[in-house]
Amino acid sequence: MPAFIIRRLLQSMIVMFFVAMVAFLMFNYVGDPVHQMVGIDTSFEDREALRESLGLNDPVPVQFFRFIGNAAKFEFGISYQHKRSVTGLFKERLPATLELSFVAALLSLVIGLPMGVYAGLKPDGWLSKVFLSFSLIGVSLPTFLIGILLIFIFAVTLGWLPSYGRGEVMHIGWWSTGLPTISGLKALIMPSITLGLFQLTLIMRLVRSEMLEVLRTDYIKFARARGLSNRAIYFGHALKNTLVPVITITGLQIGSIIAFAIITETVFQWPGMGLLFLQAIHNVDIPIMAAYLMLVAFFFVVINLTVDILYYVVDPRLRLDLGKANGS
Amino acid sequence: MSDLKNSTADIAKPNLFIDTLKRFFDSDIFYSFCHSPVTIIASLLTLLIFVSALGAPFIAPQNPFDMGSLDLMDSHIPPVWAEDGDSRFLLGTEDQGRDLFSTILYGSRISLLVGFSSVSFALILGVSLGLISGYLGGAIDAVIMRIAEVQISFPAILIALLVDGVLRTLIPEADVEQLAITVLIFSIGISGWVQYARTVRSSTMVEKNKEYVLAARVIGIRPVFIMLRHILPNVMGPVLVIGTIHLAVAIVTEATLSFLGVGVPVTQPSLGTLIRIGNDFLFSGEWWITIFPAITLAVLVLSVNLLGDWLRDALNPKLR
Repeated sequence: MPAFIIRRLLQSMIVMFFVAMVAFLMFNYVGDPVHQMVGIDTSFEDREALRESLGLNDPVPVQFFRFIGNAAKFEFGISYQHKRSVTGLFKERLPATLELSFVAALLSLVIGLPMGVYAGLKPDGWLSKVFLSFSLIGVSLPTFLIGILLIFIFAVTLGWLPSYGRGEVMHIGWWSTGLPTISGLKALIMPSITLGLFQLTLIMRLVRSEMLEVLRTDYIKFARARGLSNRAIYFGHALKNTLVPVITITGLQIGSIIAFAIITETVFQWPGMGLLFLQAIHNVDIPIMAAYLMLVAFFFVVINLTVDILYYVVDPRLRLDLGKANGS
Repeated sequence: MSDLKNSTADIAKPNLFIDTLKRFFDSDIFYSFCHSPVTIIASLLTLLIFVSALGAPFIAPQNPFDMGSLDLMDSHIPPVWAEDGDSRFLLGTEDQGRDLFSTILYGSRISLLVGFSSVSFALILGVSLGLISGYLGGAIDAVIMRIAEVQISFPAILIALLVDGVLRTLIPEADVEQLAITVLIFSIGISGWVQYARTVRSSTMVEKNKEYVLAARVIGIRPVFIMLRHILPNVMGPVLVIGTIHLAVAIVTEATLSFLGVGVPVTQPSLGTLIRIGNDFLFSGEWWITIFPAITLAVLVLSVNLLGDWLRDALNPKLR
């Protein structure tokens, strides 16, 4: 077990190292950082002084390790476009993205799970077929198209929901949230559905196929033979056993929810990190791009590591296999 | 046909062709195709979009890329059946006065071009790396598979977006428009090679221990030829299924990146770019600029997806 974790940890560190290298190369070699920070009327001497104070004249390896040191503290300098510290910008935007991602994940789980269970229990029912066709649409349609469609129906045609922004937000410390206000909640509905729909269909299909498989096993037959009620069989025995893969998939999907948030945030002009990153690409705002790259890589590495360790804890068979592999 | 008269040896050829055709019509795949109405409809729709995209110069009433033929006075005209419709523009026009129907035809052409190119790129890269990895094994295999492992833990669309975004900042501003499509194809391709590599690697590892490969090695054929001539044809089946499903993913990725404004430039709009243009006018009631390209994209992606699903099931003997 410790050897397995250490190996995975090492692997994650290598990934972070490579991402840091890409971020560093971008930071140093795309355009001139000094040129981006000063005005046109800055004298040559002032520029050189700034260059020296930023340490841009040091040897490259020294600069790289300083970059990594700063990155560990999440310091990426000043955004070219906003003229503000990148750390501050991300701190401001982080709550919006996390709130959206969390609500989307919750929504997909709360709706997807019952739909999947129903479709698994009654595979020939008409409602199950409706669910399945619906899931095909959810898998096939691009995220941004779903967003636009929702905006067209509920904001433009019906005028029920706001089409952009977060509505009113409350500030608790540096954290901001739209959950306690009505306009904040209204603004959250369409983006979270857009973001969660793909995950919802994924969870539904997964639960359905797992349920179908589990219901065929011997212990379910045995439970029936014992005369247990359907309810106890379905929810006590069958559903419980389908949940392991569902939990791991949901865990892994948190990463892609954050990734897909870029698209959703653009469609709904949601003031989160994804929108910040996309605007940074358009404006070649390297510090923000570098910071986002590192942050997302970090999220992914942590999520994957956690899921791997969880697998190991949850599934005893895996422990046995690894033990054998190491022993031989 | 002239072969037929020339020599007796060649007479077998047309027969062989007819035999192949016969075998195809007798095959399980054809049977399953005929008995799945959804698949037939999907393939007809795919064919329709393919043909009209390829034949765009002959079908389209206007060339939307020819700036000379555009007239700003014609911009923002609704479809024919609306009140202010113009009989020249079947589906209306967009903000630069381009006929929407023609632009959609040309746009799906670009979407398909980017889709096919990036799938081919990913396929060639993935299959070669998979072959090398599976056949040679050892350190090369370990390195390739570690990279694949790392990459597969990130969603493909995120990788495509990051690669595309980073590359665009590296290109001098003047060349961005010219190189945009190449960069796009590269980014989508590089984000999709892992699946091919993994599949090919595992089947190569099975194939390389079979007798025909051993025989080829004994008579001294070079490894490159063994991989390409002997192993490759035997591992291509699943690759085609992955390729079909990947095509739908690639088209969606292209549309998404273009929608986000980091894909195809506005001068040669793809379906995604068109939707992006239309999105700005959605609120002023000009729904047609967004909705028609959106429907085209949705139908295309859904049909290709359905075809891919069917192909996967039909080629999988376990499900029969």
